Amino acid sequence: MSKEWPLWEVFIRSQHGLAHKHVGSLHAPDAEMAINNARDVYTRRNEGVGIWVVLASEIVSSSPGDKAALFDPSNTKVYRHPTFFPMPEEVKNL
Amino acid sequence: MYAQMVETGTQKLRLVADMSVEERAFQERIDAGIKIEPKDWMPEGYRKTLIRQISQHAHSEIVGQLPEGNWVTRAPNLERKAILLAKIQDEAGHGLYLYSAAETLGVSRDDLLAALHSGKAKYSSIFNYPTINWADMGAIGWLVDGSAIINQIPLCRCSYGPYARAMVRVCKEESFHARQGYDIMLALCRGTPEQKQMAQDSLNRWWWPALMMFGPSDTDSVNSAQSAQWRIKLHSNDELRQRMVDQTVPQAEHLGLTVPDPALRWNEETGHYEFGEIDWAEFHNVLKGNGPCNRERLRTRVKAYEDGAWFRDALLAHADKRAAARHQAA
Repeated sequence: MSKEWPLWEVFIRSQHGLAHKHVGSLHAPDAEMAINNARDVYTRRNEGVGIWVVLASEIVSSSPGDKAALFDPSNTKVYRHPTFFPMPEEVKNL
Repeated sequence: MYAQMVETGTQKLRLVADMSVEERAFQERIDAGIKIEPKDWMPEGYRKTLIRQISQHAHSEIVGQLPEGNWVTRAPNLERKAILLAKIQDEAGHGLYLYSAAETLGVSRDDLLAALHSGKAKYSSIFNYPTINWADMGAIGWLVDGSAIINQIPLCRCSYGPYARAMVRVCKEESFHARQGYDIMLALCRGTPEQKQMAQDSLNRWWWPALMMFGPSDTDSVNSAQSAQWRIKLHSNDELRQRMVDQTVPQAEHLGLTVPDPALRWNEETGHYEFGEIDWAEFHNVLKGNGPCNRERLRTRVKAYEDGAWFRDALLAHADKRAAARHQAA
């Protein structure tokens, strides 16, 4: 029995300049087939202008369980947002 | 419904009192509407039920290409042929999204396909019926994809993240399927008397099998109750079937066709259509493997898989050769 093809995650960019978005995965024997198959399966309706395929085994992700600890530092730093600072109405361009 | 009569492995509904600490926490997340993701703890029964259901759903998409594939070379014109091909391509895509979702639960594609090819895994009963005229392409898109939509929209909200997200993508694509089917029926019913008769004959053969897609009444089913508690199944079989009838009868009337059910009547009080008894013996017989096309469908799938082995092996050999050459050069 032949060995299984590796798993690739597929990311599509909808328009030049926008971020690639994860749309799904597929199995393929190599990168070229992964791109071609991604084109066939994930862009039938003009979904994008660019495709990234990444071996699923190469992706490192944070653990959902670590969410609280990982993102805690930014929860108390609301002054990073411009809306934290009310500006006098008469003052322009700030 | 593409996943009919899925076994959950439970003999009776899991009660909170019988649950371990982890299972209780898991059930609370389900009840709070929080999605379960692949790395989360889950009861073995939940995992197994989803593997069965999602893979059965995936197999249905792939086997479902066959009844329509039968008419690709005989579509009435080039546009209809291209449209039918596009629909069939979509079904392959749907199979992929669903196999991918099933694989997140720790099962391999090879194992899933082996289960299908050995006859161990099921697919929806509806695909064991033959497509004997062009009107069947219309009836399938209209009634079968139409029924699938009714089943799949609630699944977009099911508890398992990868399955729910796959369903969102599937639903976006499925509407074109139903419309292209109805469009075929419209063309036939507005055509010659012979064409309209072909459409009526097709409706006569596909109506009852389409109603059977939703599965038998499950008010007493432990499996359905457990699936509902796990928020995999959000509506009963009867509810979904009633929705399908209520939506579809006016569509048939617009076509000027007669639904092949003498007991069909609108009930003003309930606001729903009453309909006749379904022959569940036929349904169970088809699931057992005795429908008109069961053996042919499986044979066709196994042959396609075996005949394609050389190509898959060649792709792998080519990839390995290229990788070795790169490694040498480095």
